[in-house]
Amino acid sequence: MTDRPVLEVRDLSVSFAKKQVVHGMNFDISPGKTLALVGESGSGKSVTSLAIMRLLPENIATAQGSIKLGGRDLLKLSEAEMRRVRGGQVSMIFQEPMTSLNPVQTVGTQLAEVIRIHRGLRGQELREAVLEMLRKVRIPDPEERIKQFPHTFSGGMRQRVMIAMALACNPQVIIADEPTTALDVTVQAQTLDLLKELQRETGTAVLFITHDMGVVAEIADDVLVMRHGRVLEHGSVHEVFGNPRDPYTRSLIAAAPSLAGKLQINTVPAEPVGDLPIQIADEPILEVRNLAVRFPVHGGLLGRVKGAVHAVEDVSFSIGKGETLGLVGESGSGKSTIGKAIINLAPVHGGEIKVCGQTIDYKDPRSLAQMRRQAQMIFQDPFGSLDARQTIGSAIIEPMHVHGIETGRAAIQRMEWLMERVGLDPNRATSLPHEFSGGQRQRICIARALAMAPKLIIADEAVSALDVAIKGQIIELMIDLQKEFGVSYLFISHDMAAVERICDRVAVMYFGEIVEIGPRDEVIGRPGHAYTQRLLSAIPITHPNMRETRQHRAADTAPPRSPMKPVGYAAPAASWGRASEGHFIRQTN
Amino acid sequence: MTSLSTLPTPTAGRPQPRWALLKRLNFSTWLGMVIVTVLVLCAIFAPLITSYNPNDQNIILYLSPPSAENLLGTDQFGRDVLSRLLYGARYSLTIGFLAIVVALIIGSLIGMIAGYVGNRTDIILMQIMDVVLAFPSLILGLALVALMGATLTNIVIAIAFTAIPAFARIARAGVITQRDREYVQACHAMGFSDTRILLRHILPAILPEIMVMASLWMATAVRTEASLAFIGLGLAPPTPTWGGMVREGFDNILSSFHLALYPSFAILLLVLALNLIGDGLRDAIDPRLKDAS
Repeated sequence: MTDRPVLEVRDLSVSFAKKQVVHGMNFDISPGKTLALVGESGSGKSVTSLAIMRLLPENIATAQGSIKLGGRDLLKLSEAEMRRVRGGQVSMIFQEPMTSLNPVQTVGTQLAEVIRIHRGLRGQELREAVLEMLRKVRIPDPEERIKQFPHTFSGGMRQRVMIAMALACNPQVIIADEPTTALDVTVQAQTLDLLKELQRETGTAVLFITHDMGVVAEIADDVLVMRHGRVLEHGSVHEVFGNPRDPYTRSLIAAAPSLAGKLQINTVPAEPVGDLPIQIADEPILEVRNLAVRFPVHGGLLGRVKGAVHAVEDVSFSIGKGETLGLVGESGSGKSTIGKAIINLAPVHGGEIKVCGQTIDYKDPRSLAQMRRQAQMIFQDPFGSLDARQTIGSAIIEPMHVHGIETGRAAIQRMEWLMERVGLDPNRATSLPHEFSGGQRQRICIARALAMAPKLIIADEAVSALDVAIKGQIIELMIDLQKEFGVSYLFISHDMAAVERICDRVAVMYFGEIVEIGPRDEVIGRPGHAYTQRLLSAIPITHPNMRETRQHRAADTAPPRSPMKPVGYAAPAASWGRASEGHFIRQTN
Repeated sequence: MTSLSTLPTPTAGRPQPRWALLKRLNFSTWLGMVIVTVLVLCAIFAPLITSYNPNDQNIILYLSPPSAENLLGTDQFGRDVLSRLLYGARYSLTIGFLAIVVALIIGSLIGMIAGYVGNRTDIILMQIMDVVLAFPSLILGLALVALMGATLTNIVIAIAFTAIPAFARIARAGVITQRDREYVQACHAMGFSDTRILLRHILPAILPEIMVMASLWMATAVRTEASLAFIGLGLAPPTPTWGGMVREGFDNILSSFHLALYPSFAILLLVLALNLIGDGLRDAIDPRLKDAS
């Protein structure tokens, strides 16, 4: 590092009112280098980035220390000078590409505004500059695209526009605050590649804020690990991964998926078998045959049905007693819809669902009531899925009352026993949900699901919203409870590390269809379908040493398929191949 | 397995307990509450405060100015104005309160059903509410009372009818924001009935907003009742009502203006107090609204 650092931060402390949230931070970033700021939610990483931009609310937050950008201390600049720094010399990329663009302005206008303010270009010159930026972030047809509004762009495309806006004025430093967290893994991989490439071209320094060690291994030169507002570890990416000193850093590194990233591409051709044989275990708890879920689309003057969104198409699988099937795929692949269809939160259009050997008639309230005793659901957001005004004890007892399982004293005893089983103090039964942390609330949700002694629990992204350490604890709890009660899980997730930890078998979803299903080690270790391979190779590596060895990522060449189909559309019949015992791959037609 | 009860619980950003709401009420809200409480106590203990029957006529003392015997003087029939005011509070408060309770129950129910069921039910119910809302409440109340006759029950029904759409709208808006929340989905997933979800889970969430609406609309109800009485569609004389007293006082406004002044002042005080409570509650429940206005 011969270059003088472009950004030097010394003894930076931030307090809100009297509470100090960032304690004495020191770091440098050199031109063309990437510093990754890693930590869980509430560790102070976003506050640090806002302090650099001087975007903290001035009446309550105070920042001390020095933040030098090219020798000038940003903390001593006036607000007017600071405005020229923001966007001009330091720019920011935010987490949510869906909300950080203005929906009522065209993409071109928004990009042009930044360039006009900071570079003073006008007319044709301005237009050229906008087009050049869009080409730079590899947006196809920029001439057409600048006239369009953000809602016509996909999440990945919007994040590219955000990157273009951040790069528009050749800033010295880019602060990227979890820029890929809201994206699917394949899109995340493309976005990271793009960011690296642009950084090489422009020599911009990047402060990359993330909670994902995999992303760090992919992109960072230096790493700074934060917890509770303090720096735990600071060093080059190879030092930190090779020889982590702090136990917290070690636990973060250990939480990354281990199978993924080391995959072998299956070259042995699968032996054709025609239809997908649904594996019938000795005691199948859940059997799904040819499930289809469609949402009608109305249009025209009279609101006639024009077509339907085929969210799930011809999906079949089964889950045995005490088994866990993982359902993986990207957002919009229909994996959550399957879970919802099973418990009647989404309309079943066709196919058959059997729970504990009994076909469910979704029009018969008695059949539904019986299904609900046997199948329970855990939702993604432990903050949203509990009623904020109901004590947690009452929340656990209520389903028992409704289904007449236990009443009175017995119900209270069962509630206390369940709370103990999930690791909560029964004395806190009279507390309201807001008095608990995210992980504790997810434990409450698990206890509530277990209250009815179900045979099947559908976990819809149940651990995705939790911090890494808490995520591990909840997965352990779920595994323990499975051993104790013999409950089966349908584990719906996009998080490969979690899937790898808990699942016995894995099914991969792509555009509403299962493309591959089989034992976990087979599917994750030797994926047969092209999409599975693409999905798995997009998962961030676990160690920076693997940067050279990883396979080149196959770009998504096929144009995205529209799930909207006209009335009367029938999907072509699928044919399947068998790769090994219980491992089936859909043959692309 | 590590016990989670040893982990620290988050303290930042936690909602305050219910009684904390009282702490956030400002001075004028408390003032409003004190005024209403005093008026309610006056109405309840009217026989203890004054020894006069509000309907006892005493022609000798007619239109006498305030004196030691009759603190606020007497009207054209020699009736004690103070006792008529105190007993009149009973009618104003009862009609205002009952009308709002009725409107709250019916309106919230309509709004909750419309918001929860959605689709055609929603459109039809809310269109009906819009039609009712299109009439000024006084004219609608006037028409209803004229049609049905001026009894206590009918006045309550008429005023309640005019207030129903306001409650339907606010309940519907509240239900729509809650309906698609994950906790409601979780309730569906556990097989709870729609009635249970609406009454046990969604209603508590939207109740604060409905209560704010109730205190603001009670002021309107008191005003409407007084206006109806003033134009002669209130409870039949000699029942003491504030609106009726203003009307009777009008006949002698030039010689004894106090006859119209006292009941007018009483109406003003009650309406003001109810509005203060409503505004204060709204600010305390949703501080953002305060900045907006």
